[in-house]
Amino acid sequence: MKLLSLIPVIAIGVLLLWAGQDFPKWGDVESPASKSPVSSHFIANTGVDTEVPNMVTAVLADYRGFDTMFETVVVFIAGMAVIAILRGSSVGRPRRKDHEVEAEPDLIVTNTVRLIVPVIQIFAFYVLAHGHVSPGGGFQGGVLMGASFILIALSWDLEKAMSRFPIERCLFVAAMGIVLYGGIGLLSMMLGGEFLDYAELEKILPVSREMARYHAMLGVEIGVGFTVASIMFVLYANLASEGRLKQGL
Amino acid sequence: MGLEIFNTFILLLLVVAAVTSLWVKDLLVSAVVFGVYSFLMCLLWAEMGAVDVAFTEATVGAGISTVVMVATIFHLRRKSND
Repeated sequence: MKLLSLIPVIAIGVLLLWAGQDFPKWGDVESPASKSPVSSHFIANTGVDTEVPNMVTAVLADYRGFDTMFETVVVFIAGMAVIAILRGSSVGRPRRKDHEVEAEPDLIVTNTVRLIVPVIQIFAFYVLAHGHVSPGGGFQGGVLMGASFILIALSWDLEKAMSRFPIERCLFVAAMGIVLYGGIGLLSMMLGGEFLDYAELEKILPVSREMARYHAMLGVEIGVGFTVASIMFVLYANLASEGRLKQGL
Repeated sequence: MGLEIFNTFILLLLVVAAVTSLWVKDLLVSAVVFGVYSFLMCLLWAEMGAVDVAFTEATVGAGISTVVMVATIFHLRRKSND
């Protein structure tokens, strides 16, 4: 069976390698992606339209804001699905694992984590807030924030991490992230623009149209960060404890 | 020239990491090697100038998904015959 399944794998691999020869060379200025009017439009107009130096963030949060909003919703739904599947799935079954280790939290590990977690969290805020100017943004900042709580759960246990960030609060924060994103979109709709047309926010913000888009992007990124951070922790907490939300690994 | 060597080295390591993560028997080792694969991908993207993608790969691919996979593997019981 193993050898039999190897035949289609090799066949598809050869086909892919053969088709891969049609790709443009690395850094080719003549490649379709570099020559298309879409990329040259973004390169020429991002700075003029939004005053955001990081083009990637501008495309992600402004030009393609609808797409990013539902990416965030997908992350939220993934968290909901994991909870729905795992909650109650292990009721009545004895807790038995192959890798069972019973030990007190290690002194060196916990003290290192004590030092490192504040740095990770401040870096997460920096990445989130600085996503316009340097690489980063809501997704990366949110994941870093979620990872700091996972680190606490790994080095102590799940209860310790959940005393800092209970699951109910996680879900509330995750939902608030999407509400914030959609709220900014609806707000710009109420002010006379289209959904997620941030430039209309200049009517309530004391800034120009370009800077309104800049600041709205920050708000939207904060929403994404909220959702991603809490859903990452929810995913870990549920997977590590089979939905019991006790003890963890 | 230097970049060419760097790229070739990373791409070779990528293939080695991909094959290793499929080859090893222990799922835990497999997950960790998969994390190594993600970090190599992240290096490659950073070298190509796609720093945002590299950042996402480093946090999501190498960080969170490895942790989630390890958390899941710790709860697996069934033994495979392969």
